[in-house]
Amino acid sequence: MSAAVREGVRQVMAWLHGWVGLLLGWVLFVMCLAGTLSVFKPEIGQWMRPETVATADPADAVQAATDWLARNSKGSTGWYLTAPNDRSNTVEAAYDSDGAFLYRALDPVSGTAAPRETLGGEFFYRLHFELDLPYPWGRLLASLAAMFMLVALVTGIIAHRRIFKDYFTFRPAKGQRSWLDGHNALGVLATPFHLMITFTGLVTLASLSMPWGITALYGSDLAKFYQDFTPGFTQRAPTGEKAALAPVAPMLREAQRQLGGTIGRVYVLNPGDKAAVVTVYRSDADQIGFNQSQISFDGVTGKPLGTWRETRGAIQTYNVAYGLHMARFAPLATRWLYFLGGAMLTLAIATGMVLWIVKRRERAPLSLGNRILERLNAGFLGGVPLGCAAYLLANRLLPLGLNGRAELEVSTALWTAAAALVLGAMLPPRRSWPLLTAATALACALAALIGLPLSVMSAALLTTAASLAMLVQKQLRGPTKRPERKRRAAA
Amino acid sequence: MAGAAQQRAGWRYRANVAARVVAGTIGAYAVAALFAMALARILPMDRAQAVVPATLLAFLVGPAVTIWAFLARGPWRAWAGVILLGALFAAIAWAVGAPA
Repeated sequence: MSAAVREGVRQVMAWLHGWVGLLLGWVLFVMCLAGTLSVFKPEIGQWMRPETVATADPADAVQAATDWLARNSKGSTGWYLTAPNDRSNTVEAAYDSDGAFLYRALDPVSGTAAPRETLGGEFFYRLHFELDLPYPWGRLLASLAAMFMLVALVTGIIAHRRIFKDYFTFRPAKGQRSWLDGHNALGVLATPFHLMITFTGLVTLASLSMPWGITALYGSDLAKFYQDFTPGFTQRAPTGEKAALAPVAPMLREAQRQLGGTIGRVYVLNPGDKAAVVTVYRSDADQIGFNQSQISFDGVTGKPLGTWRETRGAIQTYNVAYGLHMARFAPLATRWLYFLGGAMLTLAIATGMVLWIVKRRERAPLSLGNRILERLNAGFLGGVPLGCAAYLLANRLLPLGLNGRAELEVSTALWTAAAALVLGAMLPPRRSWPLLTAATALACALAALIGLPLSVMSAALLTTAASLAMLVQKQLRGPTKRPERKRRAAA
Repeated sequence: MAGAAQQRAGWRYRANVAARVVAGTIGAYAVAALFAMALARILPMDRAQAVVPATLLAFLVGPAVTIWAFLARGPWRAWAGVILLGALFAAIAWAVGAPA
């Protein structure tokens, strides 16, 4: 390839990188921010339920949870429980009751729903791949965005001239140059992580976004596919005949004896029916592969129906890809690396969105479309983090026992972000940026300080607040080196 | 496309970009989907397992086609590539046929 062709390729890649990033940049920003926070999903849940401090043996806790659910759910098709572990003391229960899908954290001793009713970290987790949109649209949009992300990453890498040098390049306060340096450093430093997390993210939604391999071999017989793919997942049609659920604690102890490790998740299908099935998954805390082994019991008699340990190479590959994305295996240090990598990707997206405008503004006056984009960028990129902070603050401020409290927390987050977007549209960016950043800093600080005691989470919130406050200071000072640039251009 | 700043507003440039956009999005997804179908059917593994490499690799084929659609020397070539690749994978999937 001649140098001219190489340069041409780079320009095309840069062009594609810009447009792909622009089109779904906001969606990707939400996904990356929420995904980054989801790394600490259990810890966020713990922080959001300070009243619930009891601990219990996982088997006893799940027993208490199923007792409570038997009394407090109606016409459920399934209870999907996560047993307590060393990161979370509650039993997380997702279940349907009277046709509504509910999520509750249950006290490990009494089995009752935590008094501070909240989705906890589950909100960020769901937002990450469902974008608060109805099924399947949220997941489809997330899949599309992930495909764009992969293209953006590859084109970004090809468009790059000097990957290695950019590790060490940052020229601050130089307008477009600085934004580009920042964007490059953020993108380049953790490139392997960005590629891994985007690809494995696509894998998690593959049955929805790329089902054609399944279609080619199974036609429309999806039930058969799932039966082949996850043979350990025993499903039975409900009989309509009522029967009480047998005690689950002995089943869990038997499962732990057979599978080793600790109990991860417990699925109770058709609870209260004669065809009830209890499936126990081994915890993923000590292995990368996701859902590698499980054991099923007849829910009424308590007799084992079958044990499954995944040994098929291809399926294990899939489980490992899935597990790499979920990061349940990650010990504390690795979890922080996931968090850092995710934060860098989030910031790379945000700086990329800003760069689109900065680049065009330095060349010529902005077109109307780009002026609108500049304002909405401030509203969105400033507003979504503010919404997240407002969610945490609402958790501290809304009174306990309020009807629909968990939903109110979520509405607070969404309306705050929406209000920020309106504010961004109305105010010039030099006003809206510092305003929204300062509001986010304030919300983080208040959330950390209201309802002490202090924890790692409050320390993290205070650190965030402090860094945002420093950012506000920078934003208020504005670009400083402008005149110097002009002089040089004139010379 | 590169270095075409002077004719950016012209309809030729716009049609060129539009053609590549369709080839690089819908076309790329179609190629990836057909690739997944073809590979799933030719892999000598049991059904449940064959799905995995077929699907995982399809996620890499998609972006490759997208990028190629914009690098090809002209929009016609971009489209010809997408159609040829798609036809090839479709033919393989069809020739092997669904498992009994």
